[in-house]
Parts: sequence; C-alpha cells; structure tokens
Amino acid sequence: MEKRIRVLVAKPGLDGHDRGAKVVARALRDAGFEVIYTGIRLTPEQIAEAALQEDVNVVALSLLSGAHNTLFPRIAALLKQKGLTDILTIGGGVIPDSDIPGLKAAGIAEVFTPGTPTTKIIEYIKANVK
Amino acid sequence: MDIVTELLSGSKLAIARAITAVENEYDDAVNIMQKIYPHTGKCYIIGITGPPGAGKSTLTDKLTKEYRSRGKTVGIIAVDPSSPFSGGAILGDRIRMNELTMDDGVFIRSMATRGSLGGMSRKTAEVVKILDAAGKDIVIVETVGVGQSEVDIVKTADTTLVVLVPGMGDDIQAIKAGILEIGDVFAINKADREGVERLNLEIEMMLDLDQGENTWRPKVMRTVASQNQGVVELVDAIEEHAAHMIQSGLIQRRRFERTRTEILAMLDEAINIYLMKKVAGSKFEKLLAEVNQRQNDPYSAVKAILAEVLK
Repeated sequence: MEKRIRVLVAKPGLDGHDRGAKVVARALRDAGFEVIYTGIRLTPEQIAEAALQEDVNVVALSLLSGAHNTLFPRIAALLKQKGLTDILTIGGGVIPDSDIPGLKAAGIAEVFTPGTPTTKIIEYIKANVK
Repeated sequence: MDIVTELLSGSKLAIARAITAVENEYDDAVNIMQKIYPHTGKCYIIGITGPPGAGKSTLTDKLTKEYRSRGKTVGIIAVDPSSPFSGGAILGDRIRMNELTMDDGVFIRSMATRGSLGGMSRKTAEVVKILDAAGKDIVIVETVGVGQSEVDIVKTADTTLVVLVPGMGDDIQAIKAGILEIGDVFAINKADREGVERLNLEIEMMLDLDQGENTWRPKVMRTVASQNQGVVELVDAIEEHAAHMIQSGLIQRRRFERTRTEILAMLDEAINIYLMKKVAGSKFEKLLAEVNQRQNDPYSAVKAILAEVLK
C-alpha cells in the first residue's frame, strides 16, 4: 500500500480562530495527505503527544493570538524530547517577519504568513518531508 | 531494544511506529505481527458504529473515561473516510477526545479508510492486535459514519454498539437489513431531543421480530453524550453483554469465526498477488485483445487462464 503523508494540524493556546487552519486542512486533504485535525485550544503537551500517537510526518501549527514566540518553540522542544526528531514542524498565522528567524532557530522549519497560497504550503511539505 | 519488545512493554512510540508499518505495509510489518501474535487475544473489543453526526466520537470519549474510572486501560481506533478522488482524508475524531490525550492509560490512533468500503480500514483488525499486545484491556473501534450497509465492524468486535439519534426516518428504516441487525447494544444518543420515545419503540419492535435461537436480547439505552448522561448505564449494558458472551461461550465461537475470516482474507490476498504475477504478460494481453474484438469471450478466456496457471 502506498505511503501517505500524515499531517497533524493543530491550534495551540487560547485562540479560537480556526478558519485558516480548516482551509489549510482541506487543501492538504485535496493534495492527498491524511490530515489529523485536533481542533482549538490545545496545550503544547497535547499537540506533541497527539503527534507521537498518530506517528505524523508533519506538525502544522496555526496561531493568530500573538503567542507564537512562546508556544511554537515549546512544541518543537517537546517533540524533540519525545524523540520525534524526524517530524517536519511548520507554523502559520499572523506572525511578524521579525519573529520568523527566532522561530526557525527554535526548530520551526518554515513559517507561512497571511496571503500564502495553499499550493506553496503543499509544495513545501512535499519537498521537505522526511 | 527492538520495536516488538518495546511494544510489548507498552511504549507509545513503538505502538505508533508499528501501526504505521502495518498500515503502509512496510517490509517489517509481517515480522512484527508474527512476533506479537502470541500476545494477542486478551483485550475486549468494542465496536462503535452509527450514522455521521450521531455522536460516536463524543460517546467514545465518555465511554473511555468511564472505563478508566473502572481501572481499565483503553486503546481507541478512530476511522474516518479517505477521499475517493485525492486519497487524502481529514481525520477529525480526536477533536472530541483531546482530554484523553494526556492519559497514559489511553492510546488513540486515527485511521483513514484508504479505499475500503465496509466502514473501517483494511488494516483495522491488525491495529487492534497491536493495541491488544501492548496491554490495553479494552480496544474501541469507532467506524466511519455509516449508512445502511457498512457492517464489517461486526466481524472485528466482541460487542457492537450502534449509536442512533432521533428523527432519522420512519419505522420501515428499522426493519431494513443492515446496521440495525448488528447491534448488541443500541445507544439512542441526543436523547434530550424530540422523537426519542418513538425511536426507542421502533427499535424494540424490530427486536421483537427477531427469530431464531438468540440468547441475547440487545439492550436499548439512552444517552446525552455531550452532557455525560446515561454513560455509566451504557457501560453497564456493554459489560452485561460481554459477560453474556463469555458465560455462554459465544465469544469463543465469534473469535473462531474471526480467525477463519482473517486467514481466508489473507489467503485470498496472497493467492491474488500470486495469480496476478502469473497471469500478467503478453499471453494475457493477447487474450484480452481477443475478447475485446469479440474473437473470444471472457468466460472461455478465464477458463484458459486458470487451466494455464493451475497446471
């Protein structure tokens, strides 16, 4: 059977704005990925644990609350702590350009800001998934 | 340590990786399954099925919490459909189960159907065995939202729970063949809605018409899963069915039939692969062309192929 790319789409923290995450989830589905959608208001611990149980190839985080500098690095650290070093972790949302280098240094492979075409995210995942 | 040893000791990472190996048919999958097989057959398997939106995931969440409070560990397999067009899927059952994620006694895995039409994935039964070998006392399989005929769950589960909601059709729906025949326990969920009395009556009337030597009368329970109402009673009903299955010896019969089905299915697959390898080739293409041009008919062609392959 063909291997399918599995992606966990998750929204950490206190942010109920899930339209963007749902649009991305749908686009990934149409690209042939299996998307595990976990809903809103999750803790970093819940997201890392779900990524482990679901054995995903990609964790895609969405956040529009401004807490990305705290929550994204925390999730990246927890994934590493669980030995999930081969997971590609990406993020998206309302994120200032000046924050992106810091997030990348913390283990977020790429950050997609508003206006990014979904095709770009799909291409990025296909090119970088392990 | 190798993956099998870690899996048997309950390592979540090993469980997750083993499931992926089986689902994607990696080279080591058969080896893993062979080694864990002697450690299976210990868990109790509950199937949860019903139409989309009936509350299967929410009920799975609540049932699991009740089983946890009774000291049982639980594995959950939540199946959602794959797109027939892209092959992709959105697996959304975890949304209702996020509170279980951090419980060490619970392991949840979402699976896509990957083209299988019976309400489950082709690999679901093997994933049950992985969770079983990893020491889970209860394994819950939540099927996709089903219509009328996706009844494969009954071949996998020891107890099948059919979840229904009021207001889905008249009483002729209840006497049709299909999912209403497979329930060992029925849960009328969203029982705070209008129409619950009527649905309850219709299911009971349908059960009244059952003939034959059934020793178990399916229980009809009412729940409001989102508010945790009726969940304790529902678990009691499932446990009552489980006790009946064990005391009557029915469980051995069901599991024996399951083994038969599994082996036949595997044999079927293996023979199919073998045949396809043998059949494919220029001779086959030639026959195909002949049939297509009406110089030969498909029945004679199949006969000729079989004679060739089986000699």
